Parts: sequence; structure tokens; C-alpha cells
Amino acid sequence: MGRKRLALTNDIDYLSILDENGTLDAELEPDISHEGHLRMFRAVLLGRRFDERMLNLQRQGRIGTFPPIKGQEASQIGAVALLRDSDWLAPSFRETAAEIMRGRTMEGLLLYFNGYNEGTIIPKNQRDLPLSVPVASQVLHAVGLAMAAKYRQTDEVVMTFFGDGATSEGDFHEGLNCAAVYQSPVVFVCQNNQWAISLPLSKQTHSETLAQKALAYGMPGIQVDGNDILAVYLATREAVDRARNGGGPTFIECVTYRIMMHTTADDPKKYRSEEDVELWKKKDPLPRYQNYLLKKNVLTESALTALEEEIQLDIQAAIDRAELQMKELGDPLDMFDHLYAELPPHLQAQKAELARELENSDGEEEHHG
Amino acid sequence: MAKMTMVEALNLALRQEMEKDDSIVLLGQDIGRDGGVFRVTDQLIDKFGSNRVIDTPLAEAAIVGMSVGMAIYGLKPVCEIQFSGFSYQNFHQLENHASRMRWRTQGRLTVPMVMRTPYGGGVRALEHHSESREVYWAHTPGLKMVIPSGPRNARALLVSAIRDPDPVIFYEAKALYRAFREEVPEAEESLPIGQANIARAGDDLTIISYGAMLRPTLEAAEELQKKDGVEAEVIDLLTLSPLDESLMVASVKKTGRAVVVHEAPRSYGPGAEIVTRLMEGAFYYLEAPIERVTGFDIIIPYFSREKSYIPSAKRIAAAARRTLSN
Repeated sequence: MGRKRLALTNDIDYLSILDENGTLDAELEPDISHEGHLRMFRAVLLGRRFDERMLNLQRQGRIGTFPPIKGQEASQIGAVALLRDSDWLAPSFRETAAEIMRGRTMEGLLLYFNGYNEGTIIPKNQRDLPLSVPVASQVLHAVGLAMAAKYRQTDEVVMTFFGDGATSEGDFHEGLNCAAVYQSPVVFVCQNNQWAISLPLSKQTHSETLAQKALAYGMPGIQVDGNDILAVYLATREAVDRARNGGGPTFIECVTYRIMMHTTADDPKKYRSEEDVELWKKKDPLPRYQNYLLKKNVLTESALTALEEEIQLDIQAAIDRAELQMKELGDPLDMFDHLYAELPPHLQAQKAELARELENSDGEEEHHG
Repeated sequence: MAKMTMVEALNLALRQEMEKDDSIVLLGQDIGRDGGVFRVTDQLIDKFGSNRVIDTPLAEAAIVGMSVGMAIYGLKPVCEIQFSGFSYQNFHQLENHASRMRWRTQGRLTVPMVMRTPYGGGVRALEHHSESREVYWAHTPGLKMVIPSGPRNARALLVSAIRDPDPVIFYEAKALYRAFREEVPEAEESLPIGQANIARAGDDLTIISYGAMLRPTLEAAEELQKKDGVEAEVIDLLTLSPLDESLMVASVKKTGRAVVVHEAPRSYGPGAEIVTRLMEGAFYYLEAPIERVTGFDIIIPYFSREKSYIPSAKRIAAAARRTLSN
């Protein structure tokens, strides 16, 4: 009888190890090998440079609309770095850095963002889903993959990415609930970049944090400085270990910021102040990590210059390959392929109908993108 | 051979397929201990355990979304949505993902899943429990849409749906679940998806139907024979997508007259597509305008009025007589 405070089993931690001024909490600093750091740093830098280059290509009309990732590299790479090749990733649409680190080719992404179906082909050795456009819908696929991995008695882990806007979607809540009920090995990584197109986080939710939503589902939740790759890494390592050892799912909220527009078709000046953006540019995860590695002597200035050059060459080579492929691809008749394992009769007829039309309009440009 | 209801026949299909293939898992609401609200999965949890017969939280999008993930992984999930009236809450998972994954990844990732769900009226159910919205799925590229009409073909088609490499929506007419028994062989039996069946042969007109509407259609055909001396050919579509166009067209070329029967609302309904295919394939053989006998373009009424909504043998026979009088 009466009224008392319930003693719930979980609380929410906030984790920050390397702050924007370069101050390090040495006690929490994760033990990462030089090799491990260089692998992550390369992925962060490549993610940034490729994003910048894609923006140029888009402005030049060489690719279509795409969602820039600038500012979110640490909260992507710090998380996927923990996955094994045998693990799965179910990404949303603003995780190109993470996708590339997992093995997705840059030319594949360029093909995708320039309107070629071939751009969603996932390389054979990569256990990832293609990026998911309908917000939060991939969260449920991650749970299903994890249930299957558990059913097959593997120690595989599934990671899924989504944004702050996704936490308002039903699929997000159903996914967290089911993963907790089944104790599925899922790591939910929320890229809280604080903007869902024009809607700020304060209008997306009245919760103080997104991480606390985990509590309602009975799973551990943690909020981390998403621009601090060490914090993202440490939180993810705990989550991945927990999932791999049968401890069930975890929700990680990475607090970061969408420095750029939602997509290249969007103009954020219409709905947010530049001052806020400038404030967050000072928290940029790239120089923060770079200075940390330079101070640690994992990276030298000359190695950095060499890496920048190497990355630019890689990007250019990928663009060249993509543009070469675009010249060869794009047979309109291919759009019928792979809808079903076997093309049913009515689609054979429709394909033939288009083939006849193409023959009659031979030489006209209208059928080619 | 045992005489089985459709519920028992579906249970047999699930049991036998699960015995053969451990990649098949079932998931849905109340399908475990309860055996499903219609008992289609009765006792399967005892045989296969809760790892394979998975009771889910009350979340349709999750049931289908998780099935998509499982299927991509390599399992063959057969999920149950308790009533098709609740499947709109999982529509996006089928439209955005299940139907597209093979196409998006050019065959690298596939979704060999089945969504089973009871549809249709005639059992005096509460609202949201009697809709016939098969056209939503049949309209969606990348899905297959199957609707059996009795215990034996339900069993054989479910076997094929489970084995199909693509996502299959499997509609079970709840009016047929326990309406009658049929001989169903214990030995394995399957029917190809995309193939319609001539349920009754005849030369004077063609009546095309499927699912729960097959019985009143056959009843009407009997009445036409007795009272009018007319031999109607009755086609049981069994699959709505892909549609067995060649069988329908061949029949109408022979008879010159056609009636299409479905419970779903008329406008933009399955009949619209069926009639168009007949027009494209057999226009010069038609002796009379094609008739549609369907549900009206309204919400299916609460059950005190549902008998007046659902096509009856009388309404079907009247439409047949109109086409014959032309």
C-alpha cells in the first residue's frame, strides 16, 4: 500500500572520453592497437573526403541527390569497427562511411546515388543489407537477422543504424521491444544528429534523452558523445560483447550533429541558425581524433599527408570506375530482372513490349538516364 | 486419405514441411500454446518447440519485418497475421522490403517468406475482421498472392508457398476454415503457384472466381444446369498474382461469355484486371458484355447485414443469365 519510488534495474550513463578541447580521460581510454587506430582513422578520413567529393559531383550534375554525412564519421566508424566480417549491418541512408568500412565499394555508392540499380548490389562476402530509405524500417530486419543467428546458434551480432527521427517511428519501438523480449544479439546505434530534415530534436521527442527509451524495453541504454570516437568505440565494445555472449540487445545514442543539409535537395538555412552549426563545427570529430593520434604518435604529419594523397587517389579511381560502368550499364530491359526468381508470363510480355518500343525508338535518348 | 477441414489441412502442410526443413520457422500472435486463434498451428509448438513456433508481441509490423530479416539470413519464415484487417500495419514492410529485396540487390539477398492471414466475411465476426483486400497485395510488384478454395488445394498451395523463393501472401478464407471436409492425402502434395484450376467444365459460359466465392459460384452453376440447361465452366483462380491468364482466355474463347465473382469491392478490384485480360486476349470471341458480381464499394457491413453484401449463388446465377440473354 502507499506510494513509493520504484527501484528500476537500469540507469542511463553518459560517456565522453576525448572532448572537443582534446582533453582525455585516461582511465576510460580504450586499449586499441596502432593498427586498429590507423584502420579507424583511415575510415573516418575516407568517409569525410568521399562525402566532400560527392557533394562536388552532385553540384556538377554527375550524381543525383544524396544525404551528406559530414560530422557523423566518429559515431559510425567507432561503432562498425567492432563488427566482424561474420556479423551483420542494417544501415539507414546516412552511413556511407560505415558502409565503406564494411566493404561497400565507393563506385557502388556512386552508382546508387546516380540512379543505377546495380549500386545496391552488396559484395558477396559482405553480410550487410542495402541502405534503407523508409525511416526505421530496417530496425526490424536487424532483429529478424539476430533471431535467425541465434536460432542457428552462432555468435554473430547484428548492428543497425538509424537517426533521431526514427525513434518516433513504430518500427523502432516494435524492434526494440521484440529484441528485448527475445534477447536477440542486436546493437541499436542511434545517430542523434539532432535534425530530422527541418525538425529539431526538441520537437521530435519530449524525452530528456533518446537513450532512456531503452529502459522502457528492459535493455541497457547509454548516451555517448558521438563526435568522440573513443567513447563510441568503448560503448559499442560493451554492447557487442554483451550481444555476442548471449546478453541481449543494447541501445546506444550517439549525440552528434548534421553539419550539412538533410540531402543535397534541402536548404537548412530555411529552418536553422548558422550559429548552431558553427558551434558544432568546433566539436568536429575528425580533427579531434587526428590530434589525439598525432599526440599519441600513432600518426605523424608526413603519414597524414601520405594518407590524404592515397585517399584522394582511391576516390578518383572509384569515380573513374563508376563513370566507366555507367556508360556500359543502364539497359532499360534490365529493370525487369530480379523482381522474381523467375519472370512470370505477364512480365515477360511487358518486357517484350518495352523491347519493341526501344527498337522503334532506336537512337533516341529518352530511355537512357 | 483422411477427411480434413481446411484448418487441419493447413496444419498438415506446416507440420510436414517443418519436419523436412529446419529452416522453416513460424511466428505470429498466439500461434504457440494457443495454436492460433483459428488453430491452424495447433500443437506445432509441442512438436517443434518455441524456437520454431514463435509467439510474438502484438506487433504486426514486427512480425513481418522480423520475417524479412530472418528470410534474408536464410530461414524460411511463415508468419501469421491474425486477421487480414490488421495487416495494414505491416503493409510497408512488404511493399518497401519483402517485395523489393531481390530486385534491389540483383538477386544477392532474397526473402523466401510466407504471410498467412485469414480474410473475408461470412462468419459473423466483429468489425475489421471480414475484409477482402487481396488486391493490395496482388497490385504490389514482387509479391505473389495465393488464395485457396478448399482443404486439399489449401494444403498443396501452402506447401508450394513455403518452398517458393519469393515472398507469398497466402489468404485463407475464414468462411472455409471449418465449412466442409475433403479428402487430403497424407503423402506429399503440392500445386504450382500461378496455375488456375477448372473446377467445373462447361461450354456455355465461363464463371471466374476464387477463395470463399468458389462455393456459391459452383452452386450457381448447378442451378443454371438444372433450371436453364446451361453448362457453365467454373475457373478457380487459386493464384491472383501471377494470374493464370492463358487458362481464363482459352475458356472464354470457347464459351464467349464470362462472369467474374469476388467478395472484394468492385472498383479497382480483382475483376477489373481479370476483365481487362479477357478483353485483351479474347475480345473477338466475346458474345456479350462481361459481368462482375462483387462486394459493393462500401465498407463490409457489420455482420447483421453481411449476407446482403457478400455475393450469393442467386446473384451469380442472375448475372450469368444476363450474359446469356445477350
